[in-house]
Amino acid sequence: MSVFLLRRILTLVATLFAASVIIFLVLDALPGNAAQMLMGADASPDAVRALTVKLGLDQPLTVRYLLWIKGMASGDLGNSYVYGTPVAGLIAERLVLTIPLAIMSMLITVVLALTAGIYTAANHNRFGDVGVMSLTQVGIALPNFWFAILLILLFAVKLQLLAAGGFAGWDDGIWPGIKSLLLPAISLAVVQAAILARVTRSAVLEVLREDFVRTARAKGLGKREVLWRHVLRNAMIPVMTVMGLQFANLLAGTIVIENVFYLPGLGRLIFQSIANRDLIVVRNCVMLLAAMVVIVNFVVDVLYAFIDPRIKVANL
Amino acid sequence: MNGSASAPLIEVKDLGVRLNTSRGPAQAVRGVSFSLRRGETLGLVGESGCGKSVTALALMGLLPDSAVVSGSIRLEGSELVGLLDARYCKLRGNRISMIFQEPMTALNPMHTIGRQVAEPLRRHTGCATGEARKQAIALLDRVGLPDAARRVDAYPHQFSGGQRQRITIAMALACQPDVLIADEPTTALDVTIQGQILDLIADLVEERGMSMILISHDLGVIAENVQRMMVMYGGTVVESGETNAVFTRMGHPYTQGLFRARPKLGARKGTRLTTIAGTVPELADLPAGCTFADRCGIVVERCRTALPPAVDVGAGHGVRCIRTDVSMASAPRAGA
Amino acid sequence: MSAPLTIPADAPPLTPGARPATGFWRRALRHRSFVLGAALSLLVLGSALLSLLWTPWSAYDIDIASKLRPPSAAHWLGTDVLGRDIVSLLLVGARSTIMVGVIAVGIGLTFGVCLGLIAAARKGWTEELIMRLSDFTFAFPAVLSAIMLAAVAGPGMLTSITAIGIFQIPTFVRVTRGSANAIWAREFVLAARAAGKGTFRITIEHVLPNILSILIVQATIQFALAILAEAALSYLGLGTQPPQPSWGRMLNDAQTLLFQSPMLAVYPGAAIAIAVLGLNLLGDGLRDLLDPRLARER
Repeated sequence: MSVFLLRRILTLVATLFAASVIIFLVLDALPGNAAQMLMGADASPDAVRALTVKLGLDQPLTVRYLLWIKGMASGDLGNSYVYGTPVAGLIAERLVLTIPLAIMSMLITVVLALTAGIYTAANHNRFGDVGVMSLTQVGIALPNFWFAILLILLFAVKLQLLAAGGFAGWDDGIWPGIKSLLLPAISLAVVQAAILARVTRSAVLEVLREDFVRTARAKGLGKREVLWRHVLRNAMIPVMTVMGLQFANLLAGTIVIENVFYLPGLGRLIFQSIANRDLIVVRNCVMLLAAMVVIVNFVVDVLYAFIDPRIKVANL
Repeated sequence: MNGSASAPLIEVKDLGVRLNTSRGPAQAVRGVSFSLRRGETLGLVGESGCGKSVTALALMGLLPDSAVVSGSIRLEGSELVGLLDARYCKLRGNRISMIFQEPMTALNPMHTIGRQVAEPLRRHTGCATGEARKQAIALLDRVGLPDAARRVDAYPHQFSGGQRQRITIAMALACQPDVLIADEPTTALDVTIQGQILDLIADLVEERGMSMILISHDLGVIAENVQRMMVMYGGTVVESGETNAVFTRMGHPYTQGLFRARPKLGARKGTRLTTIAGTVPELADLPAGCTFADRCGIVVERCRTALPPAVDVGAGHGVRCIRTDVSMASAPRAGA
Repeated sequence: MSAPLTIPADAPPLTPGARPATGFWRRALRHRSFVLGAALSLLVLGSALLSLLWTPWSAYDIDIASKLRPPSAAHWLGTDVLGRDIVSLLLVGARSTIMVGVIAVGIGLTFGVCLGLIAAARKGWTEELIMRLSDFTFAFPAVLSAIMLAAVAGPGMLTSITAIGIFQIPTFVRVTRGSANAIWAREFVLAARAAGKGTFRITIEHVLPNILSILIVQATIQFALAILAEAALSYLGLGTQPPQPSWGRMLNDAQTLLFQSPMLAVYPGAAIAIAVLGLNLLGDGLRDLLDPRLARER
């Protein structure tokens, strides 16, 4: 187990390192002088030089990279070129929206997908199976931001039940916040759930064909008991792999969905920063998102070992 | 065991199974009838695809939902064909148990073997986790799993094929069933292990007074382990009787062919194995007459018109052939 | 392995017993999701081609006087806030969508298949390196790479094509390497190696033709993903730029007018959904038809 874990951690660190190098090269080295970009082409050379020094951009590339890494380790991500306030603070105040949104939509995804996937597999080739599977086929084809707009049309424009956008914050208790994240979370989740439901269904059907299912039936277990006690845990391995990959899509999706609902989350911050040429904010936001994706997939890998007893021995 | 020792424990009458295959409906089993008394052992022998496994699964009520079962299967007089699954579940693993061919895949890789062996106990006897575990260890010990008490919490992949088959046997025996169905229990195992497992099964059957249906494609295994036998071909029983009687006077050309096709120990090097010409017929398009007609050496036109009836050629020895007069004149004998 | 097939543009007439491919077409025309998928895909492709020759109105001319008209005989689906005809915008939008999709999938396919074939042929640390790299690229969804590119190079069609193309590579690498490895283990490849054929020749003569059907299926599905990504990027303003019409951009414009003209937000989304649904169904159908072994549980 420990060897397995160690190998995974090494891979994780290497991946994070590679991601940071690429992000740094694209967003710091490639654009040339950020000070020039900030001030525009007609700024006086002296002013540009002064800003360059002020932002620490006169130092060599490697030094800047190392300073960035060191800063990330200590939580000091530097100051926004535009606002002059610490980047870490800017990101932190956006994360209180983006993280709950991601968690909510992942929860909705998993609940919807497992219910639909298990239901359809248990009713293979019956009416319900065909119906739900056709629905998922349509669900996969929906652009999530369009689905979001349709939800706004229905709930905000027609029924006037919920606001069309904006975030109520967490100050008045948890409910107003959750309410304003509900539509965004659903629109992110539905499309992902359609994909995951199909994966769950085929994973469950595959396991249902295994010999040990017949053995379990021969012991006197009913179909339902076999499904819950024997099949699901075996079927979870492919489902979890896809869940891990979906988390990346989900984070990318929050960027889009936050723009649909005018939510002041990480995605909006990235957008404003691109418009403002505030590259230091973009760089740290992108690094954060990439790190979240990599870490979630690492966690999924480690979870395998807890679910599947065969993995531990194979890697010892 | 009880007073009605002579009444059959299991009685199968005119069993038919129709399966929906990708190539259309197939009559996998037809007209199979037999009865099994308590403590009696019965062998089912035939090539793969002859319907012996389907017969076993029909007895277990484990055929796919799309399968159509006709005829009658009675366990101590109560009808099993058409029984609701929920009620069948109370019998499976409790009064009828089954051991499968592939020990490598028959166990759930995610559960400890102790849990899997204890599962039928907890399902049928309602005993508590701790008690079930204790019994599971005792069972694993009985089937000869070394160091059972310590390895009860290990997972299937940590055992060899032979050990796993011992575990599935422990599982099948957990609730002291009346009938054990063993479907090719040794086919997937090393030759050296095969004998040990068969001996174990035989010991347990005798020790617990169980009835057994042993399925095999190997005539040798059948000859040594069961009192009565049935030879199946193309979904029908072509010959049945006391094992000794059948081996002394083989009546059906197919049984004779099977026997000649056995590799013989001590045969001179270079001796060719005798084979039965032709291939097993597709169950989806069986001929109208005798299913063996196309491969039979003594086939006549009359064989192809209708399925031959079973002919008695001795006490309880039936042969489904209209030309027993010819076939039995040249019958090979065991030991010949 | 059936005859090499491309995504069908039109079905040849059924002449009994003509070529082996006839069997494919006969089965294909009976395959429901294939027929539906092909029909929807053809609808989108046809719209794009039609827009090159003819649109009811110009998709570029602004006519503020007739803005936000409801559907009428002149404007079948009405007009947008700048007075442009919705039908014309949708037709030209199909063109942008297909163009971005084709180029992006082309990038993904070219690089992905080459890398995948190399990984399968060379094994060892080459394979390890390529697979680690492609795993790593998974950490950057298309939107994320597009954001990075847009931050540096500015938004535009080129940015979205590059971002989507890069995003497509790892999937093709995985699929190619997986199926190529299976081919490398087959007897006829062993025979070819025993006959002294080199790695390169075996790859071109044996491996590639045998994984072609898998790649066609994958490319169809990736095309659908590319359309979704293009729409999202255009919606965000990172992709296709005005005045070039695109479905994602139309949705962005429509969102500000949700209370006035809600239907403007429905049409372009439906167009995207139809295109993606069509390609997905087509991909599923092709998978069933080209290689039954690949057919997933349906």
